Amino acid sequence: MKYLGCIAGVFAASMAAAETPELVVYTYDSFVSDWGPGPAVEKAFEAECACDLKFVGAGDGAALLARIKLEGARTDADVVLGLDTNLTAAAMETELFAPHSVSADYSLPIAWDDATFVPYDWGYFAFVHKDGVDAPANLKALGESDLKIVIQDPRSSTPGLGLLMWVKSAYGDEAPAIWDGLSDNIVTVTKGWSEAYGLFLEGEADMALSYTTSPAYHLIAEEDAGFAAASFEEGHYLQVEVAGKLAGSDQSELADKFLAFMVGDAFQTIIPTTNWMYPAVTPADGLPKGFETLVTPEKSLLVPAVDAPALRDAALAEWLTALSK
Amino acid sequence: MADRAQQINPWFGVGAAALVAALILGTLGIVAFYAPDAGRLGPSDWAAVRFTVSQAVLSALISVICAIPVARALNRRRFFGRSLLITLLGAPFLLPVIVAVMGLLTVFGRSGWVSQLLELVGLPPIPIYGFHGVVIAHVFFNLPLATRVILQGWSSIPAERFRLAAQLGFSARDMVVHLEWPMLKRAAPGAFAIIFAICLSSFAVALTLGGGPRATTVELAIYQAFRFDFDLGKASILASIQLVMAGSAALLALWVSQGQGGFGKGLDRVAARWDGANRLSLWGDTCAILLASLFLLVPLSAVAMRGIGAITELPSAVWFSAWLSIKVALMSASLAFFLALSIALAAVRFAWIESVGLLAIAASPLVIGTGLFIAIFPLASPQECAMVVTASVNAVMALPFALRVLIPAVQDVNAHYGRLSMSLGLSGFALLRLVILPRIRAPLGFAVGLAAALSMGDLGVVALFAATDEATLPLQIFRLMGAYRMDAAAGAALLLGLMSFGVFWICDAWGRRNA
Repeated sequence: MKYLGCIAGVFAASMAAAETPELVVYTYDSFVSDWGPGPAVEKAFEAECACDLKFVGAGDGAALLARIKLEGARTDADVVLGLDTNLTAAAMETELFAPHSVSADYSLPIAWDDATFVPYDWGYFAFVHKDGVDAPANLKALGESDLKIVIQDPRSSTPGLGLLMWVKSAYGDEAPAIWDGLSDNIVTVTKGWSEAYGLFLEGEADMALSYTTSPAYHLIAEEDAGFAAASFEEGHYLQVEVAGKLAGSDQSELADKFLAFMVGDAFQTIIPTTNWMYPAVTPADGLPKGFETLVTPEKSLLVPAVDAPALRDAALAEWLTALSK
Repeated sequence: MADRAQQINPWFGVGAAALVAALILGTLGIVAFYAPDAGRLGPSDWAAVRFTVSQAVLSALISVICAIPVARALNRRRFFGRSLLITLLGAPFLLPVIVAVMGLLTVFGRSGWVSQLLELVGLPPIPIYGFHGVVIAHVFFNLPLATRVILQGWSSIPAERFRLAAQLGFSARDMVVHLEWPMLKRAAPGAFAIIFAICLSSFAVALTLGGGPRATTVELAIYQAFRFDFDLGKASILASIQLVMAGSAALLALWVSQGQGGFGKGLDRVAARWDGANRLSLWGDTCAILLASLFLLVPLSAVAMRGIGAITELPSAVWFSAWLSIKVALMSASLAFFLALSIALAAVRFAWIESVGLLAIAASPLVIGTGLFIAIFPLASPQECAMVVTASVNAVMALPFALRVLIPAVQDVNAHYGRLSMSLGLSGFALLRLVILPRIRAPLGFAVGLAAALSMGDLGVVALFAATDEATLPLQIFRLMGAYRMDAAAGAALLLGLMSFGVFWICDAWGRRNA
């Protein structure tokens, strides 16, 4: 009975250390699920590291950071995988992370030179719709249209926060006006991505806030070419997902090895069709067939990590005011 | 004094109640202590408090008012499938919220069945999103609960009373004044308080159907404080506000429902009703039952239809999770059995003890989970404790429902059989086994079934603790949805619904056997 381990855990912890080295990676829940990259990554890394790779899933990116903050310096985690650039500034403040030594030829649409965090995938936020919807060309036009959209709450969801930053970085002081325009298009605001995308698929809305890569899932996994992401002229906000090594890790070398493995071919080939994002380093065999059909935004928007927290609070206040009328 | 007659040591119950209070208030204290400097509550937080209270009051009021005619109709009519219907009506309450919401939207949503019907006659779709949407959803979840609690009140009126009323030629009005109103006065406030407390801690339902940040509840504000600002101090202040609101409702309900029904005790005959034979009341009862069944069962059948195609080809991980969920449910049910029974027995002496139970329902799962996490983390790996924690927290969460149906039953037994038992020298375990347990089997079965079903569908506490390879079924459903696999998720949701309902049905049927 596994749960007896709760009591025995205290004693066991001190005894188990001597065996195969164990690398503990904290990540978000959908990464470790049977349908996410977790199982394949574990197998591939364990084949070459002579170690035991243990993923621990904790909610989503923001919940992951909260978890690390709760555990503080005593955390078991050696690596945290799954923060994005909206969170890295707050993560740095904890002073729990150590610099990395990874270098790679990134295929990100922006230059990457962060000393602490290593990117492993990225994607553009976008409004996804089914065929037959006359998609608008920008956020303003979306606000003026009769299209119904479903979005996520920025206070509880990463894509929701992404849209907040998207509007703010594209329109600056005009952001409240954009939200005013969108307010009558928004059918509802959900707690997380799953609910919003579920409502969209059930036909409750014409479009849902998701990623430009979402149609790839329908095309590749379901062989359904009936989905597309609307391409917006003002550019699309970027989400870069990163991992970092904890300074207090007792497996520091192994953690470095994992970060290097993470930008390698084996890991990067797994990403596109399990996490449904773009790999941070394009694998030798290129992107899977079907990804070439996706829209590629002309302009990438991204608020620098250091400015993100301050901008986030201002943008949230505007969002609440505009949508609470 | 009747309440002196109880010869069972009440201190077990007081101990159990103290344990429950320690879990709820202790975890809150730990979270507050962990982060002493809290951010101040802003205007948006107070707006959240106002919205939370107003939707909870309205949802509870409508649920209770609608439940009265339904419960009355179910009490005085006998028809084929009645007992199955009573059990089925409980299902919305047992489903995980996101599943039930999807079902509700299939019927009432923008492209739902009702809107499609309206479109046929050229009318615009009904706007479900907004304040009224939140209330409709909460009534959908809680009407069955209110019906069950009030139906039990009706069943507690002894058959002999109805016979006497018929002999005396009571009019419909006399029935209300002398039999039904005193019973309602005792049963309805408790139902109101429970539903009010449930709606206080609502989050995903309120946000999704509320249509946007206007529908921000206190629980969402707690969530924001925790994960957006990592302000644990503020999270604990908000959680305290939530507890105070639920606590006041509990005390108010106890105060209003004070006093005994004074029906005397009957011989446990099945009540035969001579009233309501005229055509008008027959129509009224038929309508009440039909409308309630339609409102509750149509969205449920939408869930079933959505999932039925995928249920045969569910991935094996889902079946493993289903097994884990059953284990948690069994643990939770046995724990709930002991907690609820001992607290209910103690409530004969200390009536206020029930309010401890009600706290549990308004306690923020996020705060309990975080508090436990902080407490357990230095000692053991939280993942190893996931099952125990989920089972215990859910046993505690089911306590208020259990107590609401158990306490009146125990009080009745005590008031009517207490003196006889004492004169026979029955006490302790013998009293429990021979007198009390057989008479409270029905509410006990209901209570234990509820605890099992609720823990089966829990997603609140388990999220922080869940080990990677030990996902319970609700978490697995979320993982499927997060991986775009909405069809498989719908299939797994149907499986979860069937399992929750099954375990509830088994316990409930055990309680109502021969009853």
